[in-house]
Amino acid sequence: MSKLEEAFISVIVDRSAMAKIFQMADASNLVTELRRNFDAGVTRGYEWRVTQLKKLLVICDKHEPEIVSALHDDLGKPELESSVYEVALLRNSIKLALKQLKDWMAPHKAKTSLTTFPASAKIVSEPLGVVLVISAWNFPFMLSIDPVIGAISAGNVVVLKPSELAPASSSLLAKLLKQYLDPSAVRVVEGAVTETTLLLEQKWDKIFYTGNSRIGRIIMTAAAKHLTPVSLELGGKSPVVIDSDTNLKVITVRRIISGKWGCNNGQACISPDYILTTKEYAPKVIDALKKELEAFYGNNPMGSKDTSRIVNLNHFDRLSKMLEEKEVSNKIVYGGQKNRENLKISPTVLLDVPLDSLIMSEEIFGPLLPIVTLNNLEECFGVINSRPKPLAAYLFTKNHKLKKKFTKTVSAGGIVVNDTAVHFTLPTLPFGGVGESGIGSYHGKFSFDAFSHKKSVLFKSFLGDSAIRYPPYSRRKLGLLKTLVNSNLVDTFKVLLGLS
Amino acid sequence: MEAMKETVDQSLREMRETFASGRTRSVKWRKAQLGAIIEMVKDNEEKMSDVLFQDLGKHSSEAFRDELGFVMRSATTALNCLDNWVVPKKSNLPLLFYPATGKVISEPYGTVLVLSSWNFPISLSLDPMIGAIAAGNTVLLKASELSPNASALLAKLIPSYLDTKAIKVIEGGPDVATILLQHQWDKIFFTGSPKIGKIIMAAAAEHLTPVTLELGGKCPTIIDHHSVSKDMKSVVKRISGGKWGSCSGQACISVDYVLVEQSFASTLIDMFKPVIRSFFGENPKESGCLSKIVTKKHFQRLSRLLNDPRVKASIVYGGSMDEEKLYVEPTILLDPPLDSEIMNEEIFGPILPIITLRDIQESIGFIKSKPKPLAIYAFTNDKNLKTRILSETSSGSVTFNDLMIQYMCDALPFGGVGQSGMGRYHGKYSFECFSHEKAIMEGSLAMDLEARYPPWNNFKLNFIRLAFRDAYFKLVLLMLGLTKGVRK
Repeated sequence: MSKLEEAFISVIVDRSAMAKIFQMADASNLVTELRRNFDAGVTRGYEWRVTQLKKLLVICDKHEPEIVSALHDDLGKPELESSVYEVALLRNSIKLALKQLKDWMAPHKAKTSLTTFPASAKIVSEPLGVVLVISAWNFPFMLSIDPVIGAISAGNVVVLKPSELAPASSSLLAKLLKQYLDPSAVRVVEGAVTETTLLLEQKWDKIFYTGNSRIGRIIMTAAAKHLTPVSLELGGKSPVVIDSDTNLKVITVRRIISGKWGCNNGQACISPDYILTTKEYAPKVIDALKKELEAFYGNNPMGSKDTSRIVNLNHFDRLSKMLEEKEVSNKIVYGGQKNRENLKISPTVLLDVPLDSLIMSEEIFGPLLPIVTLNNLEECFGVINSRPKPLAAYLFTKNHKLKKKFTKTVSAGGIVVNDTAVHFTLPTLPFGGVGESGIGSYHGKFSFDAFSHKKSVLFKSFLGDSAIRYPPYSRRKLGLLKTLVNSNLVDTFKVLLGLS
Repeated sequence: MEAMKETVDQSLREMRETFASGRTRSVKWRKAQLGAIIEMVKDNEEKMSDVLFQDLGKHSSEAFRDELGFVMRSATTALNCLDNWVVPKKSNLPLLFYPATGKVISEPYGTVLVLSSWNFPISLSLDPMIGAIAAGNTVLLKASELSPNASALLAKLIPSYLDTKAIKVIEGGPDVATILLQHQWDKIFFTGSPKIGKIIMAAAAEHLTPVTLELGGKCPTIIDHHSVSKDMKSVVKRISGGKWGSCSGQACISVDYVLVEQSFASTLIDMFKPVIRSFFGENPKESGCLSKIVTKKHFQRLSRLLNDPRVKASIVYGGSMDEEKLYVEPTILLDPPLDSEIMNEEIFGPILPIITLRDIQESIGFIKSKPKPLAIYAFTNDKNLKTRILSETSSGSVTFNDLMIQYMCDALPFGGVGQSGMGRYHGKYSFECFSHEKAIMEGSLAMDLEARYPPWNNFKLNFIRLAFRDAYFKLVLLMLGLTKGVRK
């Protein structure tokens, strides 16, 4: 038995020994208790929200080594990726919320018109109430805490269910959040399908889910029973289109490598999934890829510590199946090494696999990069638009016309030109999908909004009560109403004075 | 049904082709359609008034105020503002990313399904369509079969004014809706009851289709008689007008029930009586200003609510009904039992329960004990009470010292929360409702930061740490080798 398997088994044994079985009553009681606390106003005040956010910052500052270690246990994540893509990003997210919370919470004035005169109007942000956050295994800290930041900033109570596929992270999250945050408002429920199902049967005021579209459907169906609004951050096959005018192909290729193998080894929702380029240009792309991959990971990539491993046997076998498919296995142009015991697959590039192969039909979520060649780059639109809308689409080019056409006609959650994945780090851009890749968005103020209800408030005075509003209805009243609706002041006066 | 399935398949296919061709994206096309909607309503005002009278007994003034005039204004606003709405929004990026730029583009979802309700069949059909078209989508409308004349008129007029390849109408009831919901749409917009809203959302979940659900609820009206005593006449007029002057209380934002202090209740009831008489005369059934109950089934529902003996005993005004004429008299109840059906489901009719409290402050707790409504109304000048209402209750909207008028203010988003719905529209919010906000980031190939790439080392780790903190000065020091570590 490998060291890894031993470690897994000991974790499972420990957990089941300590764990109380989470049952229906537990789920129901949890929600009841949190709702009571929400109604009591625990989370509404600015001070409370700031205190919680500051405590999250302390977690990032004081416990980074443990977080990095848990991520290494769960995913073999290199320290830099953990530090940067999980902890540092979270730190930034918390700091931004702390800085802008007052602004976000402030009501916004709205314009009123002649039909509602005299009145003043504003839009008030209020928390939705009791919120459920279900996160994914690939960036377990980031994808758990970032939505929680949004939920807390907006004044909600939160239950977080981290993914069981990253057990060390799940356990650490449960421990840290319990230790630092207000237990009357923030809870963690660990578990798998059973626990998630029990939670989903409860009535939530919002559900925020990160994961795949199959489970996304299950979540939305469960939410429909209670008319619970959902945010679903799903995935898809994010294409990368490479134009031959990018003679700085080294940069192009580096950015692709960074977004693919440098992001949890391709196991990220916005990882470049496949490349589209011309038949002519493909060999140059492949050469550049080979060269840079070697520069990054050495000539023994299986031994490199700079990529995460595949998360578990299930996913390893899924990816192996993709590679071993007939007409695919012979298209490998780089890499292709696998080690089931260590859950490692080397950075692998393939050329012109069949478009209906498994690897081109499902989201890869791994270190395999197929290159699909076209006679003419314009054909990329047909390929991309014939598939479900992805979470991200990437284009490398200097051609303005192509950029314009791409950003206008390719429908995806987000589009990045001349880079990959980095838009995830920008709090001023809404991050979310469309169609199969999701519903809703977050990051920065968008997170605050995702967990808020924007309540319209109209303050009317008793001045000017016009008889035209009320029955009995008459032609004259109708005439006046018409001019009022057209908001024409002159005509309105004319009718009022009986001149028309 | 097979024929209907075929019709839906074909319609959707044509809509998808049209959308793929890019025609609906052009601002010119959108404006042409919006202009055509205005024309359509202007040219057919009388016909539309007629069908609203046939289906709901609506007076032409009510029809104009609540539906036709409203739609024309909504389309005009969209027409005038569209050029602004379509402009991409710039996003500021941190200096570290220079010279990259960021922006958000509003992109149409594609194919939109609008399912409208029977009580305002023209405006609840056309207003969402205006939003969908303004955002560049193709649209299919299914109006309610419970307002058959309005539905038929829309089915006849829309193809003759609008682009039939992109904008379609299908008529029918629940069986047609079921077929429609089995197909994949890029967005579904539904106005109706929470019960059907759940069915719609569950159907949408199969395709991960985003939905906007404009539902209903019991919209309470708080009367703080202490602070509005000198304007009480206006208060009563506004409540009466809002309740009985708009589709006989069959509106999602109608006053459902009133909350007032016990000491004022009988005075209040006495004030309502002359106002109702001034609106509808001695015989409201013949006034021509009171809409009818939409169908026998709805009439029977209201009848059942009133026939509960404990509720019947609480009638202090009105109460007469005529099933043949689908007429229910403007009726006021005083303190019907709180566990009666009428106090636990949305009334959607011309019956107004008055619930008395010892102290008006108790109204907050009362409202909170019920599902979140689409609107809360409060007649008060008490600042404290206003603040409490705003911060302690939750509803789609709150209006102080008036009713329903928030619907007309297109600078305010209109929509519910919790049981009263999800999503919102009106004005610019309609445009956003039917748009996917797509983030675009454009980087430069000119510069590159080595620190971004493996193989990793301490220098790169520190670099990135500092970069993330926007600690530019320290970053420069690091690069010049004048500092090694980073305080974590």
